[in-house]
Amino acid sequence: MTAVASPAVSIPVAPKKSTLAWVADILVWGGVAAVLLYSIDAVDLGNLPRLFAGNDSTLLFVHDLLRPDFSDWKMFVAKMWETVQIALWGTFLAVLLGIPLGLAAARNIAPVWVVTPVRWVMNLLRSVPDLVIGLLFVTAVGLGPLAGVLAITLNTAGVLAKLFSEAVESIDKGPVEGVRATGAGKLHEIVWGVLPQVAPLWTSFALYRFESNSRSATVLGLIGAGGIGQVLFDSMNAFDFRAVSAIVIVVVVAVTLIDTLSQVMRRRLL
Amino acid sequence: MSSSAAAVSPGLVLARDVSKTFGSRKALDGVSISVASGEMVALIGPSGSGKSTLLRSITGLQSIDAGAGTIQVFGETVQKDGRVTGSVRKARGKLGMIFQQFNLVGRLSLFSNVMLGALGRLPAWKGLLGAWPQADKDKAMAALHRVGVSDYAAQRANTLSGGQQQRGAIARAIVQGAKAILADEPVASLDPVSARKVMELLVELNRRDGMGVIVTLHQVDYAIRYCDRVIALQGGKIVYDGPSTALDQQRLIEIYGPEFEDAFWETKA
Repeated sequence: MTAVASPAVSIPVAPKKSTLAWVADILVWGGVAAVLLYSIDAVDLGNLPRLFAGNDSTLLFVHDLLRPDFSDWKMFVAKMWETVQIALWGTFLAVLLGIPLGLAAARNIAPVWVVTPVRWVMNLLRSVPDLVIGLLFVTAVGLGPLAGVLAITLNTAGVLAKLFSEAVESIDKGPVEGVRATGAGKLHEIVWGVLPQVAPLWTSFALYRFESNSRSATVLGLIGAGGIGQVLFDSMNAFDFRAVSAIVIVVVVAVTLIDTLSQVMRRRLL
Repeated sequence: MSSSAAAVSPGLVLARDVSKTFGSRKALDGVSISVASGEMVALIGPSGSGKSTLLRSITGLQSIDAGAGTIQVFGETVQKDGRVTGSVRKARGKLGMIFQQFNLVGRLSLFSNVMLGALGRLPAWKGLLGAWPQADKDKAMAALHRVGVSDYAAQRANTLSGGQQQRGAIARAIVQGAKAILADEPVASLDPVSARKVMELLVELNRRDGMGVIVTLHQVDYAIRYCDRVIALQGGKIVYDGPSTALDQQRLIEIYGPEFEDAFWETKA
């Protein structure tokens, strides 16, 4: 703004960060740093050197881990297969629940008085971790795979319903109007106008959840919900770290295999 | 009006005092039209004049403003007191709707799309499962053959050209057993050759099968060439309703303004 009378075109000044923005930045990042520093004691960070102190128990642990004991491999594989079966059924039941919930939660399909309560239920299902639901089901139906299946079903139904409804909300409404204009009913519109548009995305979401459910099904075993996780937990309690090592390897190989397979399938779908 | 059948059977459309407001803009402002069952009518007017809104109101894809406005289709009231009535599905079954963007379901085959025309008259569960009766399948193939795209019956709709898709949409209206066709800018997304083919199909359905046709068109020359009667809208009001032969330069300037020649596609007036 200095050269008012200058005939030359004045070059606009580069945008500058305002003082207010600076203050806000300092407050936010300074705040994060302060909370981190304050929390050092609470999380026992002072004990970190123990990890590298080279005491006997750590050495023994590492020593055993490096020599995996596969003598029980048949049982490990069978239990891993059980975990995959838990994930498979959990995901399948979740899809069955997620389809009606997802449609009922889509604003372009369902009226507001349906969408709002359905979303509330979905949020509830999603926000309770499957481990917590699993503990509840272990008390209800006893130790074993069924508790794991039901825990995965509820949690995944909430997640899938949300993903499904978002896919429905982003469809092209033209084909739906085309179906409606033939004199078709509401269900016809959904089956012929909506489902063909969302089918590839829905399948991809379901496969992706199956992938991650095979991982969470392993963890669910730790609370007694069947599968390889239960064997892992037992070996850990028995300080049998050579078996633990073998089990972890089985889990990693199986999960990687499922991930790869499902990725290939999803890529072909989209 | 021009058809003598209008005296005995209820007409295709009877719209009285229809208004539609989007926000603060009046898309339709007290429009009244009457179309007899076998007529071929063009709705013309500049962009935003309300012609598509009128067509979508007739088929109940969108509600009109509350008030005195009513719309009847073949004697059934489809819109009243600002609401789409319960008999709209019955009325829609008698109206084949053609859209500018074809509105076929892209991932379904052309054949399946044409079969969807049967949804309105089959038992609901058959339609849901896609259990089409053989007679309807034959009807669909005959319709595809008639519009000239039966070779592509097994292909996914979204792999076809615009002209092929639009002809498929017409086949869907035929399978529907529609008594009239409402076409919303049916040729606006097509090349001139496909556009002529689609317009000729509409004329043929009108002349040979006696189906009523109401078609919105951007192109005045198409309206004059293919339709006997023209209704022109401007700012949501009807500014002309009469034979297409009486549309002279003076009238067109009134409708489109001095740049009226831009509204022609192939030939000048």
